[in-house]
Amino acid sequence: MQSMKAKFVSFWRALFRDPVLSFGVVSLLLLLALAIAPAKDHFSEWRHYQQQYLRLIRDRGDAVTLQRHFQGGIRQIWLPELGVVDRCQSCHTGLGEASLVDVSAQPFRRHPVIPHRLDEFGCVVCHRGQGAATTAAEAHHSTLAREEPLLPARYIEASCGQCHHVALAGTPKLNEGRDLLGRYGCVRCHTVRLPDGSTMTATDNPPPLTHIASKTTREWIYAWLQNPSSYAASVTMPDFQMGDEDARDISAFLIANSEPLPGGLAAITSTTAKSAPDPAAGPSLYGESFCASCHAVQNAAGNLVGGDIGPELTRVGTKVKPEWLRAWLRDPRTYNSHTLMPRYRWTDQQLSIVSAYVESKADSDFLANVRLQPATAQQIANGKALVMQYGCAVCHDIRGISKPANYAPELSRVGSKPLAQIVFINGMAKTLPDYLNGKIRHPRAFGPGLRMPQYTFTPEQVDALTTALLSLTDRSFTLPTHLKIPAQPSATYQPAGHAGKLMAELNCVACHRMNGRGGDMAPDLSWEGSAVQRPWLDDFLKNPNTLRPALIRRMPRFNLSDSERAELTDYFMTVYQKPDIDREAMPLSGYSPALVEQGRQLFYSKYSCQSCHMVNTQQDKGYIGPPLTQVGSRLNAAWIYHWLKNPQALRPGTIEPNQNMSDEDAGAITAFLMMQKTAGKQEAKR
Amino acid sequence: MRRLFWIAGTYVLLLVAGCGRQPAASPAAHATAFGAAIVESSGGKQLGTPGAALPQPLVVQVNDAQGNAVAGAPVSFSGPAGVGFDPTDGVTDSNGQVTTNVTLGGTSGRYELRAASPDKSGRPFTVNITELALGYQEQVGYSVDQNYCARCHDQESSAERVSNYDNLAVKPHAFIDGQTLNMLTDADLTAIINHGGPALNRSALMPPYGATLSKAEVQALIAYIRLVSDPPWRAAGVVYAKR
Repeated sequence: MQSMKAKFVSFWRALFRDPVLSFGVVSLLLLLALAIAPAKDHFSEWRHYQQQYLRLIRDRGDAVTLQRHFQGGIRQIWLPELGVVDRCQSCHTGLGEASLVDVSAQPFRRHPVIPHRLDEFGCVVCHRGQGAATTAAEAHHSTLAREEPLLPARYIEASCGQCHHVALAGTPKLNEGRDLLGRYGCVRCHTVRLPDGSTMTATDNPPPLTHIASKTTREWIYAWLQNPSSYAASVTMPDFQMGDEDARDISAFLIANSEPLPGGLAAITSTTAKSAPDPAAGPSLYGESFCASCHAVQNAAGNLVGGDIGPELTRVGTKVKPEWLRAWLRDPRTYNSHTLMPRYRWTDQQLSIVSAYVESKADSDFLANVRLQPATAQQIANGKALVMQYGCAVCHDIRGISKPANYAPELSRVGSKPLAQIVFINGMAKTLPDYLNGKIRHPRAFGPGLRMPQYTFTPEQVDALTTALLSLTDRSFTLPTHLKIPAQPSATYQPAGHAGKLMAELNCVACHRMNGRGGDMAPDLSWEGSAVQRPWLDDFLKNPNTLRPALIRRMPRFNLSDSERAELTDYFMTVYQKPDIDREAMPLSGYSPALVEQGRQLFYSKYSCQSCHMVNTQQDKGYIGPPLTQVGSRLNAAWIYHWLKNPQALRPGTIEPNQNMSDEDAGAITAFLMMQKTAGKQEAKR
Repeated sequence: MRRLFWIAGTYVLLLVAGCGRQPAASPAAHATAFGAAIVESSGGKQLGTPGAALPQPLVVQVNDAQGNAVAGAPVSFSGPAGVGFDPTDGVTDSNGQVTTNVTLGGTSGRYELRAASPDKSGRPFTVNITELALGYQEQVGYSVDQNYCARCHDQESSAERVSNYDNLAVKPHAFIDGQTLNMLTDADLTAIINHGGPALNRSALMPPYGATLSKAEVQALIAYIRLVSDPPWRAAGVVYAKR
């Protein structure tokens, strides 16, 4: 110890023994201290990457161009409007170089093609991370308070959704996630407010439970509550992981709380003729009525066959009471005024056949082990408390229980939720996407007493939902207005008058779009009156089996009366017209043979329409567009002409291309097509 | 001093042992058989998204010299950086197959994966599997393809979408047909999409889409065609392969 001290003292004296020497030493120390900053700068990470980049491009064929583009030093994109200060390009030097397509090493890879410019949007708007950081670790992974790590690539579409609230072709995952939020009723419990001030609405259609006792039994409700997906694979109702007693009490309450149907089932079904129907008649009427366009049934191989507009019917005979089913099939709106099911005008005989066939789709195993004692008053009271606790009334109408508001946390800005507010479970990665993903997969794993039920989403669906939730960020609210692209407001169009009531009863908008509202399964009817001839429409409503015989989803026959049909036809022909098409402008027949022949040649040679359409069933095979064998009896000449000139203008998104046809060519092809008439009609004219 | 030396020595040894690569639990430990060839059963050439799991699992099969499936043979999967396998190693089941779930790397492009299994002498035989990650542009191209092109260019028919391929007098080329499509430059493809088959003296059954699709959609469609092309197009983008 003594020697150490002695050494230090002698060292001190050697340095500071006279003023001149001390001055020199202190100056040297100062100089060293001043050198620290430039040295740090010189050895910085980004400079290292820039040198690597210069070495990488040195030997390339396009070196001169790349070197000319290269700018050294810290490079920064500053967008005060978006709050962006991005220095990412200090290391990612080749982001904008299209010719670096063969370089896979990061950070030198070029940016894949996107519809935006880097200098207009910066990097962190899409990728998150800390734009102002100058080291990779800090820029990519920092999770300090108010900072966020990079968004993993699998969720990158979430970033598009901050500005774009309409579905884009390039973001299928985001589109699916948004669709699922509505289709599974997520937004019934969780409010999601969008930046344009609107609120996301659910697109599912949970049935009211007001008259549930007339529809099904307590045993079925009990089994269903315990595991909805064991009844049908495609259900949207989640599993509340309910115990026996809860299911027992809730089913007791729902049955006791149900009120009888106005008029009663017996009154509606009293005219039943109890004749045993022909066993083949059921499937054939079910098929003819195109029930499968909306309802799916599991086939022998376990695959669902049919549409997803209505509920799956695989085990429906186990669920519904026969007398209820008959009443329902006769007029669905008596039971549920919001149902999508149209009213088929079946005869009593047909009603018996269809209901017997649907009732036969049963599975006795589903209720095999259910034995319930009669409900006690205490069970019913407890059931009511449980119904409120589980929040059943958020989705279902239940008599005497009001819809709870804000039942679950609002998710309008969940994509920017600070990590400090999140309770993670052990063993999971502590990031927001992992939290959302885990929460959707196993909601109850995040703590006792959580009420969110268990869904049966596939991993792809969970990813899609996470993407949709991650798009709900703070930034989406603070964007400058010109960058916000709001979703199409949902149209509330409703056809007017008596015909409008009839169309509501048939629920045309479940499949057809009209004036911006409706489904996309069947053609848009907004301009149907300009397109078709009146006799054809009348015939079609009588027997809608003529167009596109190979499609499996088709228009059902509603058995309309003559007056109903006339009323609908008149309404269509008058109301659904395109203003700039005068359907009388071109005649329906009487074209000169020369013009027709010219049209035929154009049809078969120059435009090769036969690749998609059939005119002559003997030689044409094209089967993408509808067959045109009788198009002259179906469409108006003016409509055909305008369609040929620009199909997308008449039906946006139709796959027939706009061929830039001249007026002359379009006129000739129209003449040729108008000659393709129904055989019977042609003879009648002669 | 000597004790200090010992402590330091032990420390360094421990450090080296700790940092050293953990000898992975070798699948060969459970292996009971060895094959002579490995083939892809299903799950190759899928269209995925960067950073996400592929929709279908990847299945490979190990066969012996006679082409019969071998049960109990070890298989290991490998791929370029960023690609994940669950599981990475496996032993073939009674059908001679191993199934793994693949997660692609974070960037779009063509991923070349490899499955390997050792033969009796311990030398590995391998099979290469290609998977595709669609970037934004290719995704747009894919949706254009599905809306407009696939009805004729895709031979696969389903109940939802009946293929028109068999109805055409002149058969269209599938988009994976690299033998033909790689002969066409981007300008050729743009011309044939915009102006129809006659633009390149080909069939008029291919109609013009120039007035229907936007310029960006046509470019996206070409990017998609180039990505799915087999054999790969020379400038189809980055090839992620383990060196």
